[in-house]
Amino acid sequence: MTVMEEQLFTFTVFSENRVGLLNQISIIFTRRCLNIESLSVSPSSIKGVSKFTITCFSNRPMMERVVKQIEKRIDVIKAYLYTDDEIVYQEIALYKVPTPALLDNRAIEEIIRRHNARILEITREYVILEKTGHQEETEALFRELEKYDISQFVRSGRVAVTKSPRELLSMYLEEQELRRSRSNQCQE
Amino acid sequence: MKEKISGADALIRSLICEGVDTVFGYPGGSIIPVYDRLYDYQDSLKHILVRHEQGATHAAQGYARVTGRPGVVIVTSGPAATNIITGVGDALMDSTPLVVITGQVATPFLGFDAFQETDVVGITQPLSKWSCQVRRAEDIPRAVARAFYIASNGRPGPVVIDLTKDAQTGLMEFAYEKCDFIRSYNPYPDINHADVAKVAELINAAERPMILSGHGVMISGAEKELAVLAEKADIPVAATLLGLSTMPSDHPLYKGMLGMHGNIGPNINTNRADLLIAVGMRFDDRITGNVKTYAPQAKIVHIDIDASEFDKNIATTATIHGDARKALEALLPLVKEHKHSEWLATFEEPERVEYEKVMKRELHPSGNKMTMGEVVNKVSEATGNRAVVVTDVGQNQMFSARYSRFSEPRSMVTSGGLGTMGFGLPAAIGAKMGAPERTVCFFTGDGGLQMTIQELGTILEYHTDIKIILLNNNFLGNVRQWQALFFNDRFSQTPLINPDFVMIANAYGIKAENVETREQLDAAIDRMVKHDGAYLLNVNIDETDMIFPMTPAGANVDHIMLSPTECYQID
Repeated sequence: MTVMEEQLFTFTVFSENRVGLLNQISIIFTRRCLNIESLSVSPSSIKGVSKFTITCFSNRPMMERVVKQIEKRIDVIKAYLYTDDEIVYQEIALYKVPTPALLDNRAIEEIIRRHNARILEITREYVILEKTGHQEETEALFRELEKYDISQFVRSGRVAVTKSPRELLSMYLEEQELRRSRSNQCQE
Repeated sequence: MKEKISGADALIRSLICEGVDTVFGYPGGSIIPVYDRLYDYQDSLKHILVRHEQGATHAAQGYARVTGRPGVVIVTSGPAATNIITGVGDALMDSTPLVVITGQVATPFLGFDAFQETDVVGITQPLSKWSCQVRRAEDIPRAVARAFYIASNGRPGPVVIDLTKDAQTGLMEFAYEKCDFIRSYNPYPDINHADVAKVAELINAAERPMILSGHGVMISGAEKELAVLAEKADIPVAATLLGLSTMPSDHPLYKGMLGMHGNIGPNINTNRADLLIAVGMRFDDRITGNVKTYAPQAKIVHIDIDASEFDKNIATTATIHGDARKALEALLPLVKEHKHSEWLATFEEPERVEYEKVMKRELHPSGNKMTMGEVVNKVSEATGNRAVVVTDVGQNQMFSARYSRFSEPRSMVTSGGLGTMGFGLPAAIGAKMGAPERTVCFFTGDGGLQMTIQELGTILEYHTDIKIILLNNNFLGNVRQWQALFFNDRFSQTPLINPDFVMIANAYGIKAENVETREQLDAAIDRMVKHDGAYLLNVNIDETDMIFPMTPAGANVDHIMLSPTECYQID
């Protein structure tokens, strides 16, 4: 066995768009006492195919077992496992801070500029800021704003695309279409 | 316009289109429309009315295991759906194809805690290969086609269709098309020839190879290919519990069973071999013992259709992903003829020790009460080693596995992965219905028999000819054994006060007799085997009889106890 080094892994799971898929996937983690750090689900670039992006902190042998268990589910088309260097990824965070704090203190303007954050809404009571980036970046902004009394904060799950020039799934689906035509030929 | 039929009718026609002739089930409120239609199909679809839904699933498992075709179960919603869970979980662990249809409350009631509503898809997802809910009559044929395709292809497993009541009563135009493709599921991956070449190279270079033959060999029908491979390269073969009968017991290269209560030779030689060739098995902890000390000296080849089994428990050197028969067929021409006489001879000494120190006292005991091993051995003899052996779980199971001999495949039906007490009686009924031409011998204990004893009613109703050998020690014997060995003889909650089993059998119209002494045994077995119909032998077993050899849970595979006080000496 390799060294049981713990690190953050990203799963990309492509599935048919069926009810109950999320449960089927999440119980694979639950059963092994693994905590899902973040999760996001959306349509993929291929029609009718859903894409899950899941992050989990664990060691490689465990994650390799998990990815095979995910792929074993009938409605899962393909599951991939990545480390951060293999993907381009992003998260989005929203921060709600009181407007008076912003007006009273020119430092906040500087913070917003430096972090490349955006203002989404300003009311008399609060300002909503948005920051996209890696977790360290959204966290860094959080730490700076903390002293100005953040009343609400939320961060999305990670979304990620691979660095591969083509969507691996498209190639896989093409192979499956070949398999379909072969099985039809067998019948005829 | 085409004639419209109800969803219930469509379900039955779909089953018939899949070649189903027997279903196991139990009616109830949310499945009544299906049972109403069944009434008109009694000639083409035989329904076996079990006495408890758990029994339906185990009977369907027994049927599936002897036929290789999916066992079909029909039950209602709510408690019936929760009662099937044990069988569904058992079938998943033991790769048994099942199609289970549960009734469900009508769609508008879903999620409102209606009477007998259960989240069937939710509770079966972790325990089934696939489960889905069907809420419209027109979706039934496609769901059934998909269910049969998934259950029986690739690594087989249980599939659950949850059918709402309105889907059963709704009308639809029936057309049936079998499923032969699901884009998200490729049940038979193409064999990778580079992998095959690598494995062949490893086999050709091996001096001390051993084949581990599992259930997958039987599922893919690779028994012949496995034997040819073993013979060509002169490789000893050991079987897992579910792999028993993949090779005839009297084959010269067959060296016995692996695992906790397996034969000494294959277990000891696991840690002496230079190559293990695992075919259709999953390195269960009851096979490996301590994984850290399991065959560290050996290269490991793993052939399996389920890629998630590779490197799950044991790290592999090489794998072939695919159907075992196709993999072995591809492998055979590349494997060179070989002789391993010296290596094969190393099985003789452990065999001799096992006979002297374990089997002799089991087969020829000195005490008045009988041992399980001698009974199983005599039944095996009396049936010419040709019976289908069905077991319950515990000592009876391990003695049946050790002392039965097998001459044809699909002759061992047992609950391996889940270890379900109560599996045996309904499974034996299903096995007999799947293989009516074969003798079915069901070995059970007094504990397990009483877990599903109501299925004697099913035997009564269908005159199912199974031979029940009750190895009765008035104890939960396997737990008793662990208490004796590891818990200072503190027999906590293991003695059983038992009923008169002969009277119970008789009440169900089953011929039965007590076998109190060894002198009565041969004649009783003879009467049982010759009797046309179900028969129960209540055999008086010595409760101190323990199953040996034994590798304690978590111990090294070559740490083998021969008795409570003696271990096999590794040279």
